[in-house]
Amino acid sequence: MELLRQLEQQNMRLDIPYFKPGDTVKVHVKIKEGEKERIQIFQGVVISKRKGMSNATFTVRKVSYGVGVERVFLLHSPLIDKIEVVTLGRVRRSKIYYLRKLRGKAARIKERRY
Amino acid sequence: MCRGLLGKKLGMTGMFSSTGEYVPVTIVQAGPCVVTQVKREITDGYASLQLGFEEKKSSRTNKPIKGHLKKSGEKCFAFLREFPVENPDEYSLGQTVMPDIFSIGEHITVTGKIKGRGFSGVIKRHGFHGGRQTHGSKSKRIPGSIGCSAWPAKVIRGKKMPGQYGNTKKTVQNLEIIDIRPEENLIMVKGALPGPISGLVALYKK
Repeated sequence: MELLRQLEQQNMRLDIPYFKPGDTVKVHVKIKEGEKERIQIFQGVVISKRKGMSNATFTVRKVSYGVGVERVFLLHSPLIDKIEVVTLGRVRRSKIYYLRKLRGKAARIKERRY
Repeated sequence: MCRGLLGKKLGMTGMFSSTGEYVPVTIVQAGPCVVTQVKREITDGYASLQLGFEEKKSSRTNKPIKGHLKKSGEKCFAFLREFPVENPDEYSLGQTVMPDIFSIGEHITVTGKIKGRGFSGVIKRHGFHGGRQTHGSKSKRIPGSIGCSAWPAKVIRGKKMPGQYGNTKKTVQNLEIIDIRPEENLIMVKGALPGPISGLVALYKK
């Protein structure tokens, strides 16, 4: 079991910044189009973080042209170029799925100052 | 080249592939296996290698086996298995076979002994759906009808029924090798393998 843990740790990335649900992040995703590789930015609110070793994930939600878009990323995926934390948000729960039902002004999140 | 290897299943985890996907892998401690007997066409009628895996105390080995293993060295093994070989003259007694006989991306066949589940019903053993659990149901987990009446007046052979499930050999084919670590004798195989953790598995080249 110890060996499995070590092997998983080798797959994990150490350059990922700390962020919490409620924070707004910019995820720079590597996209391969044929031969070329380019970077696409997905900006939105982190609505959940699933803990784990190399299989940890986080979900980012944004509203694009009035349509809610959610994307689940693997936290340690090599397809993520980098993650930028834009603003810190103060929320009381770890999974802020209630945000899906809210629109406009109600969907704002208070700023976190710690 | 030897067509297979013995190994120990260490457990499952995931790994990132070169394209960035998360692939489920089973980690196998494959080898080092020691050649304990070489069978040749002339002497035995067919070509194969007998490999020993996992050392055990010589005090726990009986004398006939000890006498057999003396020819390949002083080590005693918990498991001895035969594997086909293309050219047995490449191998000599006491030589170790390493996981480098496999290559990354190759598809292999894995054989192991699955967990014993005892005498099980049809739902666990054959995946039947079972009956209704509520509303006065009297057929919760029973198999139901097993055939017709006056004709054919017998139960068709091979009908799925309750019985011993597990504790048998199972083979899984077409498993891709994701990674090989020769210095630690580890092989990462995509997907699940038959048998419990720390169970013996035999890996075969296709």
